[in-house]
Amino acid sequence: MELLRFTTAGSVDDGKSTLIGRLLYDSKSIFEDQIEAVKQSSERKGLQHVDLSLLTDGLRSEREQGITIDVAYRYFATPKRKFIIADTPGHIQYTRNMVTGASTANLALVLIDARHGVIEQTCRHSFIASLLKLPHIIVCVNKMDLVDYSEQVFNKVVEQYHEFASKLDIKDIRYIPISALDGDNVVNHSENMKWYKGASLLDTLETLHIGSDENHLDARFPVQTVIRPHADEYHDYRGYAGRIAGGIFRVGDNVTILPSGLTSKIKLINTFDGPVEEAFPPMSVSICLEDDIDVSRGDMIVKNNNQPQVSQDLDVLMCWMSAKGPRPGAKYYLKSTSREVMAIIKEVIYKIDINTMQRLDQDNDIRMNDMARVKMRTTRPLIFDEYRRNRITGSLILIDEATNETVAAGTIHS
Amino acid sequence: MHNKYYLNHLQELESEAIYVIREVAAQFDRPAILFSGGKDSIVVTHLARKAFWPAKIPMPLVHIDTGHNFSETIEFRDKLVAELGIQLIVGSVQESIDKGRAVEERGINATRNELQIVSLLDTIEENKIDAAMGGARRDEEKARAKERFFSHRDEFGQWDPKNQRPELWNIFNGRKRMGEHFRVFPISNWTEMDVWNYILHENLDIPSLYFAHHREAIYRDGTWLPNSEFLVLREGEKIELKYMRFRTLGDITITGGIESDADTLEKIVMEVSASRSTERGMRSDDKRSDTSMEDRKKQGYF
Repeated sequence: MELLRFTTAGSVDDGKSTLIGRLLYDSKSIFEDQIEAVKQSSERKGLQHVDLSLLTDGLRSEREQGITIDVAYRYFATPKRKFIIADTPGHIQYTRNMVTGASTANLALVLIDARHGVIEQTCRHSFIASLLKLPHIIVCVNKMDLVDYSEQVFNKVVEQYHEFASKLDIKDIRYIPISALDGDNVVNHSENMKWYKGASLLDTLETLHIGSDENHLDARFPVQTVIRPHADEYHDYRGYAGRIAGGIFRVGDNVTILPSGLTSKIKLINTFDGPVEEAFPPMSVSICLEDDIDVSRGDMIVKNNNQPQVSQDLDVLMCWMSAKGPRPGAKYYLKSTSREVMAIIKEVIYKIDINTMQRLDQDNDIRMNDMARVKMRTTRPLIFDEYRRNRITGSLILIDEATNETVAAGTIHS
Repeated sequence: MHNKYYLNHLQELESEAIYVIREVAAQFDRPAILFSGGKDSIVVTHLARKAFWPAKIPMPLVHIDTGHNFSETIEFRDKLVAELGIQLIVGSVQESIDKGRAVEERGINATRNELQIVSLLDTIEENKIDAAMGGARRDEEKARAKERFFSHRDEFGQWDPKNQRPELWNIFNGRKRMGEHFRVFPISNWTEMDVWNYILHENLDIPSLYFAHHREAIYRDGTWLPNSEFLVLREGEKIELKYMRFRTLGDITITGGIESDADTLEKIVMEVSASRSTERGMRSDDKRSDTSMEDRKKQGYF
């Protein structure tokens, strides 16, 4: 069975938590004791219906305020697929959590309230999905029960979104009219919207092709750690442990170690369950080389004829995640794959207004939740690909030297 | 339909967990594996074995001993440690009580579950452990669903759910100040079914308690509570001999069992997949309030 990771996006009251509750409930992924607890909580709160959002809002303060503050991960399975949902907050001040949820997802579910159509937050979230290069978007036009299940209303929202999305870089967008509250078109086809001939949300999630979302072309192996057993049997064993970040490695491949540029040949690709002839993403393996050369954490093993960029100057699209903006001239720890270097933000090229997707050339003052195109300089070379080619070797985070906080997420452009 | 360069979901989850475990070994000075003897910590230990093979697991196992154990759990623990040839660190709740660091609960539902927090934090501090890896999964409980892979704890061992570090892509930030530590959960993304399917697939050894067996128990709060020297009978409760097994293992005073005839891994997988209740539905410690797990975790619970 395949694993599909998706994230949810939409405005505060668009009903994300309810939709997820509905997906879990109608796909029979909720256990009786869980639903019983939610029923009791709903009754105590004096609600007339069972509030499925209580299934996902787990923190005390979330339940008090009835909003989602932090990303929550949910799991469900059908006979066809396993799903991991990153349920992310819609509140503007939690945009960083949306970025967090989207960074590992194959797909974004964008919820739109049928009564309100495409609004600011819809655009912002879709834009983030586009910047993070999520390959697929499913637009769920929700609360169709409140607009008399009207096909015209649905078509109008689709048209609106379609026009907006033409400015985005997303290949695959689908539209589904739903009512999360009543379950129309979520798992089961809606009796109320016979005009809709497409697949239900769950059908779509189950059948969407995700096999080509990984990069199988550019062989990349960031070294996490070196395995050296101190046992007689494996006296000279030196395995470079890591997870394949791209491409396909085979025994006998001629490889280059970056940043040193030393070359060797793959002698063995090892796992606990025995050696393998080839390894591909996202396999965790250890690689042994023919030659005894210096390789350590933070290095990258690549093929001789296909190499990433190695540079101290980076062009990065950054999402700032900390309450305090960058201190002038401050150095940050920059982490990308297993490599850690120090870096400074040399120049803010422009900020992006993520509501209008316009460049703000004059405003260089970076604040929390801002997206900005910046030039960075690192103390030691970074090994990377463009984010659009590889989401693993093209991404980075910045860590504040003083507080150890993760203050920014970045995608590398060149 | 699939090309050959494809991992099924269990292989993908395994690979992700191995990646996380290797990050822990690489980023921390004194990591450890929290080992309870339950299925989840057994899986994490097995994954650690895979992550560093053919070398030994480069970190000790830490067991927080409540003193209210199933004897089967302790036997299993000692056998595994001997097999792996690695160090075992035991933190004792009884010792914490004797030292006056913890105060025993009283009453009919008394448990040492919360007292584990003191012993765990003391053990972490005494051994200068900077990353404690555990088998917690996000599907277990709603507060756990919010947990990061790398969960930062302050110098008091506390978790602040409102101030978690964002976790992006697969880049983990393990930076901390002196005295602070991390809890790390390599199988965050696994479900109970994944764990059982994996145990079946890998044919892992697990304590006999998970398999159906005859045992003395009493019926309380919808579960079969095992008879033990720590059990205080309420009026009207009587001890019966049951053919039963446990879905989760913890302190013997809070671990309820189910009537079952699942005595093989295959039958357990069948039984769990047909079950309509969660594994923690049997844990009385979670029933104390809507947010009892969150409240315990804020104090430093695992």
